Amino acid sequence: MHELSIAMSIVEMAEEEAANHGVRITAVHLKLGPLSGVVRDALLSAYEMAREGTALEGSRLVIEEVPIMVLCPTCQTQRPVSSVQLFCCAECGTPSSEIVQGKELEVVALEIFQENEVWAHNPA
Amino acid sequence: MGSQPRLVEVRKNVLKQNDVAARALREQFRAAGVFVVSLVSSPGSGKTMFLEKTLTLLHRNYRVAALVGDLATENDAVRLARSQAPVKQITTGTLCHLEAAMIQRALEGWNVDDLDFLFIENVGNLVCPSSYDLGESLRLVLISVTEGEDKPLKYPTIFNSGDVAVVTKTDLAEAVEFDWHAMSGNIQAVRPGMEAFKVSAKTGDGMSEYLSFLTARLDALRAKAAV
Repeated sequence: MHELSIAMSIVEMAEEEAANHGVRITAVHLKLGPLSGVVRDALLSAYEMAREGTALEGSRLVIEEVPIMVLCPTCQTQRPVSSVQLFCCAECGTPSSEIVQGKELEVVALEIFQENEVWAHNPA
Repeated sequence: MGSQPRLVEVRKNVLKQNDVAARALREQFRAAGVFVVSLVSSPGSGKTMFLEKTLTLLHRNYRVAALVGDLATENDAVRLARSQAPVKQITTGTLCHLEAAMIQRALEGWNVDDLDFLFIENVGNLVCPSSYDLGESLRLVLISVTEGEDKPLKYPTIFNSGDVAVVTKTDLAEAVEFDWHAMSGNIQAVRPGMEAFKVSAKTGDGMSEYLSFLTARLDALRAKAAV
C-alpha cells in the first residue's frame, strides 16, 4: 500500500504549480498504466486524505487509465496485449515483452481557476 | 474571462524524484564497475537464505556486500553477516518498499569502488517495489515452489519490473507437487523471454548455474567499461 505516498507526491507537485502560477487548482488529471504498480481505487481514496489541509483541498483527481501496448515483432507495430496475464499481441498472438505503454504514472493536466490570466506569461 | 476553470497541460512523472535518484545511483555504480543485484519477492520466499548462500559462495572470489530492507527487525542483517560480507540494514518502519534515496543514504560511508557485487534485498512485497527503480543492474524476482505456480499471473507487474526469475526451495518441490512446466509457462505468459533459474539454497542445487550467470554479467559489465 504505497498509494498514500504517491498521492502525497501528486498533491505536493500540484501545490508547487499552484504557488508558482498564483492559481487555484480544482482538478489534477493523471495518466495511469496497469504496470505502474498503483491501484486506481486505492489512489483515489489516498488522494482524498492527502489533499486535506493543503492548497488542493476540495480538488478532484481525474484518472485516465491507458492500456498496455507492446511492440509486436510480427505486426511490426504497437499493439495492445491480450491481457496483463498474457503478454501476446492481441491481433496476431505473438509474444512480446517490449513494452511501449503501460507503466505511466504521470500528471498530464491541471484544471485551474483564477481571476487573472497569468499562466501563459509565467511559465515555471 | 477567467471565471471558468480551464485545463492546462503539464507532463510530470509522479515518481520523478525517485527516478532522478535512481539514475544517479546507476551512474555511480557504472563508474565504480560494481554489478548491483536487487531481490524482490513475497515474504517467506527464502530471500534471506538465498542471499546468505549467494554471499557466502561469491565471497571466496569476489568483493561482495549487501543492503537489506526490512520493516522492523535487524534479524536478516544478523543472518547475512554470517557470510562475512559487509551487510547494512535499512529499516523502513511501516514503508512497504525501498526507494532510491534510501539506497543513497545507506551507501554513505561505503566505497562502492571497492566492490564487485552489491546486493539489495527489498522488503518482502510483490506489489509496491515494482514502482521504484533502485538503480540496480539486475532485478531478480524470487518465488518459492510452495507459493503456487500461478503466482506470476497474480502479480504480473512485479515480474514485468524484474529481469530474471529465481524459483527457490526446489528441495521442497516433490512434497508440494510443484509443476515446473506450469510455473515456467506462467512466467513466460506475463514476461515473454524472461530467464528463470531453479535453486535450492539449502542443498546448493542450481546455485552454480545462477552464480555463473551473475559472474558472466559482471565480466560483461567490465568488458563494456574497458572499451
